[in-house]
Amino acid sequence: MSDSVIADTIKDAVDIVKDHADDVHDHDVHAGDVAAGHDDHGAHGGHHSSLGLSNTKLAMWLFLGSECLLFGGLISTYMLYRNRHSANLGPDQLWDIPFTSASSFVLLTSSLTMVLAVSAATRGDLRRTKIFLTVTALLGGLFVAGQIYEFTTFYREGLGFTTSLFSSSFFTLTGFHGVHVSVGIVMLIALVGMLSRDKVAGDNAETVEMVGLYWHFVDIVWIIIFTLVYLIPA
Amino acid sequence: MTDTHSPSDAEILAATPHADEKHDNLHGPTDKQFIGIFVALAVVTSIEVAVSYADIGPLFLPVLLFLMVAKFFGVVWYFMHVKFDHQLFGRLFYIGLGLATAVYLIMITTFRFFGA
Repeated sequence: MSDSVIADTIKDAVDIVKDHADDVHDHDVHAGDVAAGHDDHGAHGGHHSSLGLSNTKLAMWLFLGSECLLFGGLISTYMLYRNRHSANLGPDQLWDIPFTSASSFVLLTSSLTMVLAVSAATRGDLRRTKIFLTVTALLGGLFVAGQIYEFTTFYREGLGFTTSLFSSSFFTLTGFHGVHVSVGIVMLIALVGMLSRDKVAGDNAETVEMVGLYWHFVDIVWIIIFTLVYLIPA
Repeated sequence: MTDTHSPSDAEILAATPHADEKHDNLHGPTDKQFIGIFVALAVVTSIEVAVSYADIGPLFLPVLLFLMVAKFFGVVWYFMHVKFDHQLFGRLFYIGLGLATAVYLIMITTFRFFGA
């Protein structure tokens, strides 16, 4: 091995150590800014994994993957028990397809407003971001109100949680979905409040995107529920 | 072994993982395209509802399932940005989705063959 190769290798190693030291310094300075309340929103993303991907985003996708299992189990249970009901209190007597279709459109529209909020956040348009997030929360609230109305109607017609295996599995599945939508609404309202007060730590766009991923997941679960539970007869 | 060179700035930038991520994020749909996708999804939903009232015989179940899957991936690929984002995010989700489908199939099969 010639001396020039050794010299080049040492030079590269020194450069790498120097770059690393600079990175650590930048990170410390940034952490100091955040602690002092001088975070430069939008300039920095969250912490990144060794793959160069956002840890927050990675964790959100892992969470959504695990949520698939939760809803997979609930949908499977409903599909197994959907025929276990009395003659006059089954899906054919209870379902109001036009009403549920309207609810589906409301949730689908909320997905559009959510993606427009993410798009506005990516452009750094805070005003539009807050407007679209608020509209998304309102549409989500409308969907939950529709679900409460539907549950109340079913209960008045005699379908309680323990009336049959069908009712238990139906209320558990759609109830869990409703809880997820409600949690999403809380997240949206909290996010609007935090954006208004400039309290979001790190990158605004990434935070809006994370809430958006959760909201779209809630929508895709409803896409499956709407078809398998409501449109396909038992 | 004299063929050594220091990487150029362009090479370093290309090898930086953040560069790929940001590059991908810039190539998502525009707001107009998002509205177009939403209209398409709304039309598919309308067709789903129409099919549920129509009598199309043995095609009923396959058509509804196909429309459901089309809507599902329409939202996942475009609204959730999986088509334009790093592959790993989509893979994590698909693993969960695959496991959920496996749970569903195993449960249905088990109850079909061993149920009362």
